[in-house]
Amino acid sequence: MLDNYIPIFLMIAVGVLFGIIMVKLNEWLGPKRPSEEKLTTYESGMEPVRTARERFSVKFYLVAVLFILFDIEVVFLYPWAVSFKSLGWLGFVTMTVFVVILFLGFVYVWRKGALEWD
Amino acid sequence: MENNYLADLWNSSPIVCVVLTGLVLLLVESVRRGSGRLSYAVSLVGLASAGVLIVAVGDVAQPAFNNMIVQGPYAQFFTVIFLVTGILTILLSRGYLDRQGIHRSEYYLLVVFAISGMMLLAYAMDLIVVFLGIELMSICLYILAGFMRTRGTSMEAALKYFLLGAFATGFLLYGIALIYGSTGTTNLEQIAKSFAEHSASPMFLVGVSFLLVAFAFKVAAVPFHMWAPDVYEGAPTMVTAFMSTGVKAAGFAAFVAVFMRSFQYAGSPVNDVLAAIAAASMIIGNVTALAQVNLKRMLAYSSVAHAGYILVGLAAGNADGFMGILFYLVAYVVVNVGAFGILSLVEDSNGQKLSYDDYAGFSAQRPFLAALMSIFMFSLAGIPPFAGFFGKYYVFLAAVKADMIWLAVLGVLTSLVSVYYYLRLVILMYFREGSGDVAVRPTWAAMLSIGFAAYLVIQFGIFPSIVVDAALKVF
Amino acid sequence: MISLIPIVVALPLAGFLILGLFGSRMRSETVIGTLGSATVGISFAVASAIFVEMLGMDPIDRKQIVQLFTWISTTTDTPSSFSVPVAYQVDQLSILMTLIVTGVGFLIHVYSIGYMHGDKGFWRYFAYLNLFIFAMLNLVLSDNFLLMFLGWEGVGLCSYLLIGFWYEKKFTGDAAKKAFVVNRIGDFGFLLGMLLIFDRFGSLSFDTVFGSASVLSVGTPVLMWITLLLFVGAVGKSAQIPLYIWLPDAMAGPTPVSALIHAATMVTAGVYMVARCSILFALAPTTLEIVAIIGGLTAIFAASIGLVQNDIKKVLAYSTVSQLGYMFLAMGVAAFGAGIFHLMTHAFFKALLFLGSGAVIHAMHAEQDIQKMGGLKKYLPVTYWTFLLAAIAISGIPPFSGFFSKDEILWKTFSSPYGSVVLWGVAVLGAALTAFYMFRLVSLTFGGDERFGKHHHPHEAPKTMTIPLMVLAALSVIGGFVGIPPSLLGGNAIEHWLDPVFASANAKLGLGGHEIHAIEYVLMALSVGIAAAAIYASRTVYLKRHEIAEQLKNRYARFYNVLWNKYYVDEGIDKAIVNPTVLASESLLWKGFDVGIIDGVVNGSAKLMAVAAGWIRRMQTGVVQQYAVFFVGGIIAIIFWLVLN
Repeated sequence: MLDNYIPIFLMIAVGVLFGIIMVKLNEWLGPKRPSEEKLTTYESGMEPVRTARERFSVKFYLVAVLFILFDIEVVFLYPWAVSFKSLGWLGFVTMTVFVVILFLGFVYVWRKGALEWD
Repeated sequence: MENNYLADLWNSSPIVCVVLTGLVLLLVESVRRGSGRLSYAVSLVGLASAGVLIVAVGDVAQPAFNNMIVQGPYAQFFTVIFLVTGILTILLSRGYLDRQGIHRSEYYLLVVFAISGMMLLAYAMDLIVVFLGIELMSICLYILAGFMRTRGTSMEAALKYFLLGAFATGFLLYGIALIYGSTGTTNLEQIAKSFAEHSASPMFLVGVSFLLVAFAFKVAAVPFHMWAPDVYEGAPTMVTAFMSTGVKAAGFAAFVAVFMRSFQYAGSPVNDVLAAIAAASMIIGNVTALAQVNLKRMLAYSSVAHAGYILVGLAAGNADGFMGILFYLVAYVVVNVGAFGILSLVEDSNGQKLSYDDYAGFSAQRPFLAALMSIFMFSLAGIPPFAGFFGKYYVFLAAVKADMIWLAVLGVLTSLVSVYYYLRLVILMYFREGSGDVAVRPTWAAMLSIGFAAYLVIQFGIFPSIVVDAALKVF
Repeated sequence: MISLIPIVVALPLAGFLILGLFGSRMRSETVIGTLGSATVGISFAVASAIFVEMLGMDPIDRKQIVQLFTWISTTTDTPSSFSVPVAYQVDQLSILMTLIVTGVGFLIHVYSIGYMHGDKGFWRYFAYLNLFIFAMLNLVLSDNFLLMFLGWEGVGLCSYLLIGFWYEKKFTGDAAKKAFVVNRIGDFGFLLGMLLIFDRFGSLSFDTVFGSASVLSVGTPVLMWITLLLFVGAVGKSAQIPLYIWLPDAMAGPTPVSALIHAATMVTAGVYMVARCSILFALAPTTLEIVAIIGGLTAIFAASIGLVQNDIKKVLAYSTVSQLGYMFLAMGVAAFGAGIFHLMTHAFFKALLFLGSGAVIHAMHAEQDIQKMGGLKKYLPVTYWTFLLAAIAISGIPPFSGFFSKDEILWKTFSSPYGSVVLWGVAVLGAALTAFYMFRLVSLTFGGDERFGKHHHPHEAPKTMTIPLMVLAALSVIGGFVGIPPSLLGGNAIEHWLDPVFASANAKLGLGGHEIHAIEYVLMALSVGIAAAAIYASRTVYLKRHEIAEQLKNRYARFYNVLWNKYYVDEGIDKAIVNPTVLASESLLWKGFDVGIIDGVVNGSAKLMAVAAGWIRRMQTGVVQQYAVFFVGGIIAIIFWLVLN
């Protein structure tokens, strides 16, 4: 029974090893000329340490919320795609309805100007 | 399978119709921005068509979508309540939103989607659908509560409602998970079938408690009522009207569907808990309402008290209780739409003119509205021949039959207390001189809706058999 | 003919609807007044025709039920299935009540045309009055408890509206509220009694309930509870101890309203209800005893307060409470027929007294203090003579109507196995007090010197007011002849008429016919003698030797003050019930901040704003969490309760 899983275990082992090897190789081969800037934590261009009580523009939240919304909805498409054949036309129609509703929401958001920054 | 699917669609067509209305509204707002009038018309037409469909579908119980929902008399009864509430609310809202300067078409959109959520609750045969319905309804209402974006109290109401609502939703979901864990299903019919073996298991009981808590929150029963006064006071008046009627009815639709139709707990400690909550709601709601100055706040506490009365029927857990709940809800919903409607007419554009004193001498300025308001107050106080009387009558009768005489006595005593604060308004309107600076410019639609509500209150008070017959079909 | 009874009920309703909807547009008082009176007048005519027809019928056929439509019905066979029709039961008792309500009601409507002349709420007044008649007819004609309750609440509502009719004055609103709240206590009893009846008998129809009750044995406990609860309702509506407190205050309403609602009809609803349920009360001897004691106590208690009051209407109000006590005394000693007889004669003379007092108040321009009247005899001859006849009637002097009815009650109290000598003594003393204060009232108002200012020019009332007075005076004089007892060679027609209604109750109680005893004459002479003596004493004191009254007042100052302050009952209730309730509701307020707001309103809006602002600031920082704490507390409590149970 467990034999079936041997390829998976192998895969995991190779993956972990590969990760460790690459990091160590990098450390070993790369030149090191540290400066203060370089030693700070990388925060996508933001200053890593400053006051936390700062106001963000509401637009950030809007974009974030919209992103999460559409992102999560799209996740539904994966299981449907995998079992596309067995669900047949019923599945197709259902998913079409779903996407149309989503699209309507998208149109609304767009027309309302939620996607424009200024 | 395909054929089945079409039948399912037909059986759920009222919900589909309401959802489609919502989608059309979304499109309308996208294409023609800021056209409140068009949205107003579309939402009314959509809700009315759903009403036609609910009649056309008939009242034979039929499951749909793999027994996730059930079309039948129960769903029908509540859907009619929701649709009537929705239509009256929308008719009353237009003038109100204009006066308050917040006439935006999203309002109708949110109301329509909230109604679709409520309908899901009435149709639900599965705890997942219950969850879906509650969320769909609540999220729309969080936004509606804060619809008056520029007013602090409205924002505060929205935030509070959202925070505590999310808190309650967590319990609901956790409860569903626990029940699923102990029974292996979320389908209410199947839970009911294997109820005897699970009913006493601790995990199941904890799940049941969590569901109870979540529903009690939605219907604003003590001690989960604390949000109600603040939210009712802060939200735009017509939203409060919608909340205190539609949402309360929807909450009870779910409460009854789960606790009376699926769980057979009558005569057990679960019903004692319900009785305790009912008693606490009646006492705290009525006593606190006595001291209110603001009418919206008074009606909020009164709504807590009325949740208590309806819970008396639930606690009794017998056929009379069921009947009482249905009748009480109908009576309460029409009265509250009417009463809040009048409040929304008198309220000025700064959110003032909502206190008792503003109504002094109202009968001299607006005799017709004052008379209608008195009818609503009398009905709320449970004085015959208005509809509210029969609601109380049936739930108290149910309590007596379920050997909860103490609860019936408490109910009668607290309703005695309530007479004081309801009649205070009537006295002010009729027996006091007012300053006379109340400017009321009602629209025809508003007058029609309030008049219709009053008509129903009297109609159901004098000929309760209309509602009783409809309710009897639900068994 | 009997099938026409719905018309009797419908006409006042039609009057109410027309006046209520279009009254404000009607300019002419004549039209409004005629319309309002005509509906009741025609009702009375139809009811009389029915009555005449019933006279010619066999006693068994006299009771008929006219079914209109099903009011509440449940078609399926569920536990809650019950059906209540709107049906009117015409029988000897209800037709008599209908005649009193429409007859006296009609006279008072006519009188009101004159009395309310020029009032800006003229149409509203007549609309309410018509509505009242409609509700009252439902009360007396109903064939089931629920419709009766509807009428019961309806008359309460009208009473409330009419007490507060002159809402510009603050005290009228307060009086209205007091009446309503006190009545709700009574209604609460009635409602519970009704629920208990339904629970026990599975029906609310009189026939079914009384039918199934009559096979039960005397002293069944549940019947005691039912009758006690119903009696609580009667005590509230009919202003008996301890719920009588609303009636004197109710005099704030227009005087014809006091005559119609608070003397002749509505307040007797409790008596009617006890009579209607006579079989239930007959099966509960304990309740009967309580009814008799409460009735007797109220009779003498209210009469004693009436001795010293100076407001003409207050005297009559306490007199009404006292006379209602007699009716309950009759009910309590199982003399149901005698009680209804007294109800009828009382309706005549008490309505007349109130209308007469209305004429006096009308003439004196709203002056109600009898100490500031006197000598009105020569200005208001019609009012004086009719008032005097009514006073004689209420004092129980033969052959006036009050004599026959009161004497019947006294005799039954003495002779019935459920009565007692003590109660009889109390009743006779009450009768003496009644005679005394009535003639004090007559003497101070109409006799002696003129004590009012020169600017008053009293004048006789218009014809619309004096004619009802004269009709009622005639009835007060001859109305008793329908009930002359056998001992005075009469046939006691009214009690024979009513016999079938009370037959089953009397059979249970083992009460038979009326036997003549020698002692009856002795007692009769005694009570007449005492009443006559009281009248003589009263006239002597208040007409000739006024100083005696002052001397008595000073000598027994403490006792006088107790009476003058109505035994301090209102103050006591304020202290014992009202204040603690207010206090409790305040201290129970949420976190006390509402107290802050209320105080703020009292102390000025500036403070209010400060309190509210402080509260909002506090709320924004922490209250949501606090809500959540309560929320979690509730959950924990529930889980403990359920899981650890």
